[in-house]
Amino acid sequence: MSDASDTPGVPEPPPEPEAPEAEPGSRIGIDSWVAEADQRRARGRGPLGLAAWGWESAPDSTKLLAFVAIAASLPFWLLKSEGDLFNFGLFTLIFVGLGLGLQVVVGLAGLLDLGYVAFYGIGAYAYALLSSGYYGHHWPAEATLPIAMGAAVIPAAILGFAARRLLGDYLAIVTLFFAQAFLVFTNVTNPTLFGKGITGGANGIPNLDPLTFFGYKLTSTKQLYFFTLGTVVVVAAAIYLANQSRIGRAWRASREDPLAAEVMSIPVNRLKILAFIFGSAVAGLLGAIYAAVSTAAVSTNFNIGVLIILYAIVILGGFGSIAGVFVGAIVINVSFEFLEPQTDYPSFKRWLFYGLIIFVIARLKPWYRAAVILAGTVGFGFAVHAVVAAMAGHAWTTGKPISGAGWLTHWVVIPRLNHGNFDNFLYIGLVLAVMLVASLKGWWRTIALAPTLYLTALVWENVLVTSPGVTALILFGVMLIVLMAIRPQGLLGTSRVEIV
Amino acid sequence: MHHLLLFNIIDQIRALGWGGAFTLLRNGIVLGSLYSLIALGYTMVYGILKLLNFAHGDVFMIGTFMGYGVLIAFGGALAPTIPFIPLILLMFAVSMAGSGVVGVGIERFAYRPLRNAPRIAPLISALGVAFFLENSAQLLTNSAHELYNGYALGGKNGNFGPLLNPVFTIDQVPVTVIMVIVVLTAIALMAALVLIVYRTKLGKAMRATSFDREAASMMGIDTDRVISMTFFIGSVLAGAAGVMYGLYIGDAYFFIGFLFGLKAFTAAVVGGIGSLPGAMLGGVLIGVVEAFATGYAGGQWSEIVVFGILILFLLVRPTGLLGSPAIQKV
Repeated sequence: MSDASDTPGVPEPPPEPEAPEAEPGSRIGIDSWVAEADQRRARGRGPLGLAAWGWESAPDSTKLLAFVAIAASLPFWLLKSEGDLFNFGLFTLIFVGLGLGLQVVVGLAGLLDLGYVAFYGIGAYAYALLSSGYYGHHWPAEATLPIAMGAAVIPAAILGFAARRLLGDYLAIVTLFFAQAFLVFTNVTNPTLFGKGITGGANGIPNLDPLTFFGYKLTSTKQLYFFTLGTVVVVAAAIYLANQSRIGRAWRASREDPLAAEVMSIPVNRLKILAFIFGSAVAGLLGAIYAAVSTAAVSTNFNIGVLIILYAIVILGGFGSIAGVFVGAIVINVSFEFLEPQTDYPSFKRWLFYGLIIFVIARLKPWYRAAVILAGTVGFGFAVHAVVAAMAGHAWTTGKPISGAGWLTHWVVIPRLNHGNFDNFLYIGLVLAVMLVASLKGWWRTIALAPTLYLTALVWENVLVTSPGVTALILFGVMLIVLMAIRPQGLLGTSRVEIV
Repeated sequence: MHHLLLFNIIDQIRALGWGGAFTLLRNGIVLGSLYSLIALGYTMVYGILKLLNFAHGDVFMIGTFMGYGVLIAFGGALAPTIPFIPLILLMFAVSMAGSGVVGVGIERFAYRPLRNAPRIAPLISALGVAFFLENSAQLLTNSAHELYNGYALGGKNGNFGPLLNPVFTIDQVPVTVIMVIVVLTAIALMAALVLIVYRTKLGKAMRATSFDREAASMMGIDTDRVISMTFFIGSVLAGAAGVMYGLYIGDAYFFIGFLFGLKAFTAAVVGGIGSLPGAMLGGVLIGVVEAFATGYAGGQWSEIVVFGILILFLLVRPTGLLGSPAIQKV
């Protein structure tokens, strides 16, 4: 393909006045791949294009170093408070680590592992049993971390070996059931061993020791942060090197076409088990760190919700992209914390929220379309406000938005008192509206956008500012659906081209 | 009390005796009929799209809530405003139609854009849909267990109604009206499904699409419509199972979609995914195994036993009881 694009006098791309909408999914055929070579190589202009070019041309080790430099400096300027460092810094790093492990299994080897959280949980429980007062073992972390990894690897090896002959879908089933069995085992079954329930049931195992290396205790958040940063860097480097090696190439080959890879004498099954074990070891390690950080092992931290978040991270970043995991974890965790009702700065969040929406609208291509949408949204809002005030009475419209912003009271409908499930229905309605808009085309989409945007503002003022955590989880579920439909390869992933 | 599970089980078997065994068998068959109905939805979608539709269990969950909504709209089971037989029929009708629409909507928005995507993309999308439905239901119902109180339907002033009357008794173990209704409805719906799939034009189109989608569309079959109909029919069955779950087991709760759906899914796999008789057989099998595991080993072990059986089964016979082996053609 590079030959075709390097030859001088590449024919002008034909003018396409009535280009059909691009077909979603993978492009098929070598011709389109070659024809789009220029398009792929074309660089964006302006600072964004420059940044993209710089990002693409920097060597990978530099990227990792840049990440480490920025991450290591964060506690000194952005995340000064202990709580911010814990919520934004430490948890993002843990998610990065978990996402890296999952990326090996899902992105590199192409296995749908739905039991990943179980291995994460096994690591946490291993640490909890060996380094706490629960059974009176206070083993140091240099012993328990490898044991936690081993405890996660052994069931992974058994499961992977058992499922080696099964087709891709069946591995998903077996691992999903394993995850569910693990949850039931820790939460409900909780068999008695040495006079105690081995997993502590629904309460879990509390009061774990801090990470202790050779007598040196990591107690402060900053120490834990730097330790986790180091772990993540080691894990990322290991996965990067594995991916660059023969094994990584074989993983990708067997992901793309297991049959062809098998014919090329690649031991596909053994490599799949290897990837599975590799991912589980990372999960076990991070599980032990997580248990030590949160000083407890509770089974609800290893449920399907966490699995969805991890998948969202990997998919947002892009299949098979290691850098993508970092981006995905930062975006997901920061937005997750951002949506937590406990965090403060509501007016800052509000400006950010409306700013983001206006920014997105302003980027729409014909300027008058953006203007129509903006004007339509504003007008629609006043109209709805007037109609609701006239029909349902003032109790529905005279609520106060959180933290001032008086200009909103005449535009957004905020009920004064708690109107039952009103806000929750709004929220689900918004999600459905967004999916509807995503499926519309052309001017229909423009028309549908105005009410949807107004609904977004309604939901923001009524729900998200004071939301329970479950609303954020719904967002991740929807994000998976929408992202799969729009850009299945993720933000930084390369799109798959099928050549037939 | 022994600590070892095995001794406990032996004790339980001795303690419960033959009557206990028959009770468990009865419970298992009724439960298994529900599993079968849901498993059919999994199996049909897998047969036609080769997609594990993780969201199907949540369609069933929505069905239980729809049935509950109709029940409440007519005064609830304790003080219904219309006679109970039309009420139950209306619950079935609304729940089946509503679930069908939900199923079609899921297919339209989540799976249709991914027809030509890599295999893993629709699976992840399915995971997202399941998660979305489950958490939305949690948010909208405030995590409440909504009780059907089905026992009171047709009774006077909240007393037991005819649903719990025994139809016949074997060895002093009663088989009640609701159990007979569940099993007979399940059998009738499955018979209707078999008729649709093997005796109608739509069924022929479904079988052709599942055999080879591309070739079917070249023969003039509107495969998108056929796939939509498959989702509709599967979801209708799940909606019916939802109402029966509410009447028989008693409540609607956002989480049942995942757990109950997962077990129905086990049934589909054990029976041989893609095979209609396999799903029916697998459902009853899983129901009976679960009932016996609950009775003899204790409720906390029942799920682990079910999952253990699934894993063992996949290892010994990956294609399930009645599934045909997957031959990979190159």
